[in-house]
Amino acid sequence: MPKLSIEDLKKMREDAARKRILRDGESRVRITIHMGTCGIMSGARDVLKAVLSEVEASDLKDTIVTTSGCAGLCSREPMATVEIAGHAPVKYVDLTAEKVVRIVKEHIAGGTVVQELALAVGSEMTR
Amino acid sequence: MEPRLSVLICSGTGCASNKSMEVMDALRKEIATRGLEQEVEVVQTGCQGFCAVGPIVYVQPDDVFYQQVGVKDVPRLVEEHFLKGRPYKDKLYVPPMGGMPIPKLMDIPFFKSQVLVALRNKGLIDPEKIEDYIARDGYQALARVLTEMKPEQVIECVTKSGLRGRGGGGFPTGVKWASARKASGDIKYVLCNGDEGDPGAFMDRSIMEGDPHSVLEGMCIAAFAVGSSQGYVYVRKEYPLAVQRIEVAIEQAREFGLLGKDILGAGFDFDVEVRRGAGAFVCGESTALMASIEGNPGEPRAKYIHTVDAGLWNRPSCLNNVETFANVPMILQRGWEWFSSIGTGDVSQDPWGGSKGTKVFSIAGDVNNTGLIEVPMGTTLREIVFDIAGGLPEGKRFKAVQTGGPSGGFLPESLLNLPVDFDRLVEAGSMMGSGGMVVLGHDKCMVDSAKFFIDFTADESCGKCTPCRIGSKIMLQSLEKISEGKATEEDVEQLERVAHEVANLSLCGLGKSAPNPVLTALRYFRDEVMAHVHEKRCPAGECKALITYSIDAGKCTGCTLCAKNCPTDCITGERKAAHAIVTDRCIKCGSCKIVCNFDAVVVQ
Amino acid sequence: MQKILQIVEKWGGRKDCLIEMLHDVQTEYNHLPESALRVLSARLSVPLTQITHVATFYASFSLVPKGDTRLRVCMGTACYQKGGNRILEALERELKVKSGEVTPDGEFSLESARCIGCCGIAPALVVDDDDVFGKVNPTKMKKFVADIKKKKQAGKQSAAEA
Repeated sequence: MPKLSIEDLKKMREDAARKRILRDGESRVRITIHMGTCGIMSGARDVLKAVLSEVEASDLKDTIVTTSGCAGLCSREPMATVEIAGHAPVKYVDLTAEKVVRIVKEHIAGGTVVQELALAVGSEMTR
Repeated sequence: MEPRLSVLICSGTGCASNKSMEVMDALRKEIATRGLEQEVEVVQTGCQGFCAVGPIVYVQPDDVFYQQVGVKDVPRLVEEHFLKGRPYKDKLYVPPMGGMPIPKLMDIPFFKSQVLVALRNKGLIDPEKIEDYIARDGYQALARVLTEMKPEQVIECVTKSGLRGRGGGGFPTGVKWASARKASGDIKYVLCNGDEGDPGAFMDRSIMEGDPHSVLEGMCIAAFAVGSSQGYVYVRKEYPLAVQRIEVAIEQAREFGLLGKDILGAGFDFDVEVRRGAGAFVCGESTALMASIEGNPGEPRAKYIHTVDAGLWNRPSCLNNVETFANVPMILQRGWEWFSSIGTGDVSQDPWGGSKGTKVFSIAGDVNNTGLIEVPMGTTLREIVFDIAGGLPEGKRFKAVQTGGPSGGFLPESLLNLPVDFDRLVEAGSMMGSGGMVVLGHDKCMVDSAKFFIDFTADESCGKCTPCRIGSKIMLQSLEKISEGKATEEDVEQLERVAHEVANLSLCGLGKSAPNPVLTALRYFRDEVMAHVHEKRCPAGECKALITYSIDAGKCTGCTLCAKNCPTDCITGERKAAHAIVTDRCIKCGSCKIVCNFDAVVVQ
Repeated sequence: MQKILQIVEKWGGRKDCLIEMLHDVQTEYNHLPESALRVLSARLSVPLTQITHVATFYASFSLVPKGDTRLRVCMGTACYQKGGNRILEALERELKVKSGEVTPDGEFSLESARCIGCCGIAPALVVDDDDVFGKVNPTKMKKFVADIKKKKQAGKQSAAEA
C-alpha cells in the first residue's frame, strides 16, 4: 500500500460512501423487496438479485436495497416499495427481473415513477 | 457486488466471553450455505456497550438489534431475516419490565437517549480495518489540521471547545496543550493514558478495542499542536485485546502514511509506540505512568515542576486520556462551537467554567442494563440510572450510586437529580474519575463497600509517601473493626480524622482522593455505619461477623438443593421436610441462599 | 539463555523496555527466574537490585512459578458487588489453596484480579490471560474446575496423538 496523500484520503472516503450509508442505515433512496414465502415462491430472489446488480451497475451510492416480509398482497407478488426522501412511497407489483431493472433506471436514477408497473402511490410506510 | 446487508457482531471482551466469535463463524458459514455471501457482509466490531444482553448482533440498514444470540439461533436468523426479510422475533430485545419485543435499535431506551461523540463509531466499524475508519470520516480532521491550520489555531479551537480531561482530573485540554507548546525543548512527547485502573470503568478499553484509530488521530493532532514527533500509548496488560487492536492500528496507520515520516505528504512527522502496564493502579497517575514508560517502578513524584515542562525523560510531555483523544478529531472537524453547545456551564471566559461535550459512563452493579453509555454532560443521575440503565432489577430498591471508582464516593437517593459534570460531582464529595458508575441496591452494606475501596487503595498505594501508605492501612483497620462489630464511637472519629489527613497530606492524586468512599459513606449513610457500632448490627445483612443464616421452616419444601450445595455440610434435614442450618459450622458463604428457589434462606 | 537473548534483541536492547522484556520472560517461563534477571542485568547494564525493584513492584510479575492454569477472579467494584468474593471463596475451597497460592501439583494458581473491565457481565473470572467468563455462579465452581481439567486432558491427548 503506497502512502496516502490528502487527495487519496478524500477519495478513499468518497469511494466508501456506500459502506457508510449501509451501516448508518440512512440514505436518500430505499428500495424494499418483499420476501414472504409467497414472494420468494414467485421469484422475489431473482428480483432482488437484479436490483442489486443494477444499483451497482448504475453506481447509485445513495440507495439502500433491503428486504422485508410479506406485503400482504400475495396474488400480486413479487412486490417492491420504493421510498425517496421527500416523496410518497410507491409500491410495484407483479415484478420480474426485467421490470425491476426498469424501475431502478427510471424511478430511482431518473426520478420518474413507472406508472404502468405501480400498484399505488402513498401507501403505508415500511419503516 | 456491494452487499445489501451489514451484519455487525460485537467482538468486545464482554460479548466474546459469551462466544460471539463462534456465532460470527456460524453466521458466515450459514450465509455461505444459503448463497448469500455476496449480499450480506459480516463485520466484527468493537463493544456496542450493551454488555448485559450479549452476544449482540446488529443488522443495518434495517436497524434491527438482536440480543443473546447463540450458535443454535443462527440458521433461523439467517432464514428469517436475511432471506425472508423479517426480523427474527425470538432474539429481539425485550424490555426488562416486560412488554413487546423491540426490533429497532433506536426505539430501545438504552440507546435512544445517548449522544455519541467519543463512541461515534461504536459497533459500526471493524476496528482492525483502517478503511472502515476512513469511510466514516476518519483522518479527515487530521488532513484539515495539517493543511489548513497553524498549531496555535488547533490549540485555540480545543481550548474554546471546553474539552476537559476525561481521565478524571478534568483539566482543560487546550490549556495543557498550550503549556506543552510553550515549554522549551527540541524533543517533546505526546502520551496516551490507557491504564484505566479504576475498578468499575471500562470505556477506555472499549474505545481502544472498538475504534483505535480515533485515539491515534487525536494523538497525531495533539502532536502537531504541541510540536512533538514521538508518542506512547500506555495500556494495561489486563486488556490484551486493546493492546492487540492498538498495535494493529499503528501498523496500518504507518502503512497508509498516517503515522511516521511526512504524514499525508504535509511534512509533519509523528510516530507512536505501545507500552504495556504491569498491574499497578498508581500508574494511572501522570508522573508514575511516565516512570513506568521509562522502565522504572511506577512511583509518583511531587509536581512542583509540571510534566508539560519536564515529564518523560525530563522532557516536555503532554499526557491525555484515551477518551479525551477520541473526542479531539470530532472537535476539529465539527468546530468548537458545536462541541461547546453540548454540556453545562460557560467556558467562553474561563476554561474551568463548565463541563462541555459528552461523557462516556460504564454502568454496572444492580441495574437491568449494564454496559457503556455516552450522554451529554449535565444529564442527571436519575436519567442515567433509571431511564437509560433501566433501573434496578425486580425486588431491589436504590440505595446509592458509586462514581469515580476508588477516588469517588457514594451518592444517595436524595442526590439523584444531580446533573453529572466535573464540578457538581466534586461538590457532592465524589468525582467524575474515568466515568465508572456502580449502582448499589438496598441489600449492599456501606461499611463493606467502603472497606472494599480502602482495601484496594491500601494494596495499590505505592508506599512512597507516609500519609497514603500508613493512613490507608489505619482506615482499613478501623473499617474492619466496624464491620466486625468491635468498634466504638472513638474509632469512627479516628477514621474520619485520618481520612481528612490522608486527603490533605498525600503526595499524589491516589492518596488525595482515596478517602472519598469513607467520607461519603459517613456523610450520607452515617446511621447505617453507626448501627454497626451501637447495635452491632449490619442492616444490609452483608458483614459476616454480624449476620447469621437460617432457614424459614414455613417456606422450605425440603428439596435438599441447599444441603447438596453446602460446602461444609452444615445443613441437616430429611427430604420433603424443613431443613435447618447448624450455625456453628456455617461459614456464611451464601451458597444456600443462591440456590434456594423458595426464598427460604434468611439472613439476619 | 538463548530465549532471554532473543527477548532482549526483540526490544532492541533498550533499557526503557525493561518492563516489556519482563512481560515476555513471564510469559515464557510462567515466572521470572533469577537466572533470567541476571542475564537482563548484564545485558542492559542495569543493577540487579533495580530489576528486582521493578519485578516486585508490579503485580503482573512473579518470582515464583505460577500454576499451569491461572484462575484470576475479578474483584473490581461491579464484580465484588455481585459476589466476586463468593466466587473466590468457592474456588479456594475447591482447589484447597488460598488466593495467591499455587496448588501442590502445580496445576492451578488462584489469584484475585483488579478490574478486568468486564463490569457489564459481572461477576467475571479470567482463565490464563485472555479467556474471560462472565456471570459465573459460585455454586458451579466444582464443575468449572472439572471442565478445565477435562479440556486440558483432551488437549494433552490430542497433542500426544499428533
